Amino acid sequence: MSENLEAAIKEICQSVGNDRTRMMDIVRAVQEQLGCVTNEAMDVIAQQVSTHRVEVESVVSFYAFLSRDQKGKVVIRLCNDIIDRMQGCDRVAQAFSDELGIAFGETTADGKITLEYAPCIGMCDQAPAALINDVVVTHLSGDAAREIVRDLKQHMDPKRLVNTLGDGNNAHELVQAMVLNNIRKRGSVIFAEDARRADLEAGEPLKKALAMSPAEVIRDVTAARLRGRGGAGFPTGMKWQFTRAAQGDKKYIICNADEGEPGTFKDRVILTECPDLLFEGMTIGGYAIGSDTGILYLRAEYAYLRAFLEDVLQQRRNRGLLGKDVNGKKGFDFDIRIQMGAGAYICGEETALISSCEGLAGDPKNRPPFPAQKGYLGCPTSVNNVETFCCVARILERGPGWFAQIGSKCSPGTKLLSVSGDCRIPGVYEVPFGTPLTEVLKMVGAKDAIAVQVGGPSGQLVGPQDFEKTICYDDLATGGSVMVFGSDRNILEIVDYFMDFFVEESCGYCTPCRVGNVLLKERIEKIIQGKGEPADLDYLQQLGETIKMASRCGLGQTSPNPVLTTLKNFRGHYDALVKESKDGMQSSFDIRAALGDAAAIAGRESVHF
Amino acid sequence: MSDTMTLTIDGVEIQGQPGQTILEAAEEAGIYIPRLCHVKDLVPHGSCRVCTVMADGRPQAACTQPISNGMVVENNSEKVMQIRRDIIEMLFVEGNHFCMFCEKSGNCELQALAYRFGIAAPKYPYLFPKRNVDASHPDIFIDRNRCVLCARCIRASKDMDGKNVFQFVGRGPHKEVAVNAEADLGDTDADVKDKAVELCPVGAILKKRVGYKVPIGERDYDHKPIGSDIEAGQAAKAK
Repeated sequence: MSENLEAAIKEICQSVGNDRTRMMDIVRAVQEQLGCVTNEAMDVIAQQVSTHRVEVESVVSFYAFLSRDQKGKVVIRLCNDIIDRMQGCDRVAQAFSDELGIAFGETTADGKITLEYAPCIGMCDQAPAALINDVVVTHLSGDAAREIVRDLKQHMDPKRLVNTLGDGNNAHELVQAMVLNNIRKRGSVIFAEDARRADLEAGEPLKKALAMSPAEVIRDVTAARLRGRGGAGFPTGMKWQFTRAAQGDKKYIICNADEGEPGTFKDRVILTECPDLLFEGMTIGGYAIGSDTGILYLRAEYAYLRAFLEDVLQQRRNRGLLGKDVNGKKGFDFDIRIQMGAGAYICGEETALISSCEGLAGDPKNRPPFPAQKGYLGCPTSVNNVETFCCVARILERGPGWFAQIGSKCSPGTKLLSVSGDCRIPGVYEVPFGTPLTEVLKMVGAKDAIAVQVGGPSGQLVGPQDFEKTICYDDLATGGSVMVFGSDRNILEIVDYFMDFFVEESCGYCTPCRVGNVLLKERIEKIIQGKGEPADLDYLQQLGETIKMASRCGLGQTSPNPVLTTLKNFRGHYDALVKESKDGMQSSFDIRAALGDAAAIAGRESVHF
Repeated sequence: MSDTMTLTIDGVEIQGQPGQTILEAAEEAGIYIPRLCHVKDLVPHGSCRVCTVMADGRPQAACTQPISNGMVVENNSEKVMQIRRDIIEMLFVEGNHFCMFCEKSGNCELQALAYRFGIAAPKYPYLFPKRNVDASHPDIFIDRNRCVLCARCIRASKDMDGKNVFQFVGRGPHKEVAVNAEADLGDTDADVKDKAVELCPVGAILKKRVGYKVPIGERDYDHKPIGSDIEAGQAAKAK
């Protein structure tokens, strides 16, 4: 390794105080400089932060955006999520591949450009989309792909690929993205007309919160009956109460901006258009639980927003809304730092997110203890969703009573839905909880929907018989993702894609998820190929239940849902494909293929044919 | 004794201490909860999920779940047994477990669990992964075909041997145990006397030049099923 390189890596380590818990920042920076984190780099890093080489390798090998092998200076990550496939990403893929002269997973011979697939990057409303390094390109076509490659070959500068800027802060000088917000319906909480900048620039919610005691803040959040907006729906007041009551002087409040559930892109819009509302909510949360440090865990796919968000934070510091004695409140110090992810859906799970913040591979942790007791660095921690923090700010501003009478009894407030797929108007819709799915489908222009995936792959695929159900935690629960499928979509192909996703994203720690999802996928594919038998449906049911019950974290506890909810709601699609074996042999067994190796070795065909 | 908690396991009332896990309390009471990644003296890992029980109606790993007063535990129900059988079968199809020539045969906890559960052949298809063998070390060899990702070697190397020879790399089905070296085990400070080598429950980490030294009939699980010692109250007696 050259001296220069080694010095550069050491400097990267030193810039985070040689702190091994900042491993994510270190390896991200090295990846950016070198295009990979080589064996030698790992040794240098390990030495600098006083850890072991294999510990560094554990992190580098876990995240999709990090690699031990050399990547090109430009990495094209084409999203091949189900929505993008429906919008024609296959043609785009072919164009990229042809124009570059390489297959997916490869790098051009001159080492300049790497071509890869990526799961949902949060751009389903403007699919097909891709990441070109940190730059987002949307509404792709084969022609656009070819032009992108030609341009890149010329200047190798992804930023110059953006010709038209999007709306709102997508056009901000620190964002400069072609992304559109697509806010289609403003509700009364997050995108309300009255939640204007003026109020927030004055720090109104924060003012009110700081005029109360922390316990009173928690009382208000509890009285509003706010539930977590990330998907799990845990009562926020309760979570904060536990964290506040936990033993320990140092506490943390973390914002989960990983937004990895396929079909979810509502936090993207909050981060773009109302980051102040979010940071206001985080500061209020810090005050409530007794924390002086907030962390925004931002998924790598949203790196295009990072500079802008850092600037928003700096502005707030300049205005005394972050830092020492926040907003004049003596004794309440609070600041927020941004922690970037590196491409792992599992890091949306709160304990895996915490592991990642601690510089480790994104493995979820054993519970108990829960993060409220022992979270980040073993300290009491509350992890909350982006939208949840925004709700908190509004609750403090307008009062819990106002919030509680919106929506439904078991689910107060509004929910941001990110709708995509076979609908005329994909985008972000803010609706009161209790809104029936039929109303949502009408709003988005989805006349011929035969199926809707509510809550992403970890949610449920429902058919027309369930369209009268309502969006709420106890009925059709979702963190925001709503994917619409029209009449010419294949249900089992959708299930197959979702199982693909879970196999790819499983952390691999526990047996049922690591192995079980692979087995579910194997059987679904066998059925799709027409080789399934009726007994396979019972097999899927039992296997799915075992995975759900025995898995260690939310991923495995919900990954069988695509299979189980379609067995329940779309049984006919399965029944139509399976048939009893005529001769009692498994139709998936191909005797010729099984004898292939032996025939090659023996130099002759089997006498049975 | 004022601190004890009372819980029931399959309807049988037992005592436990606050801070104990379900598995620990059961073991002390002479009740065997099958387990694989858990071993005495190592921090519970909770990865194999073989010790899954129903605790107050919810599935939990007995090795990591603390007991509570009045807890109702199902250890022998049909549903729990089904889950465990499925998990053990998953472990068999995930790797390449050729018992017929494995030196660990007869002393292997995975094999012994399969026997205890009456598993003759798994209902799942074999995945036949491509995994490697590392024979670089003079005294130890690793056969990853047999690794069940229990992390005993990782934990023991860190917490008992004061080393850091092993750690997981990769994600999902590609997760595997790597060694702290650019190349192989022979480049690490692993030693044949390490607890990390001794505690591997299967034939993934083995000592060289041992072979089939222990005759059939004298191996750990030749006469009694795994768990018999716990059921005979050995743990309780030892206390």
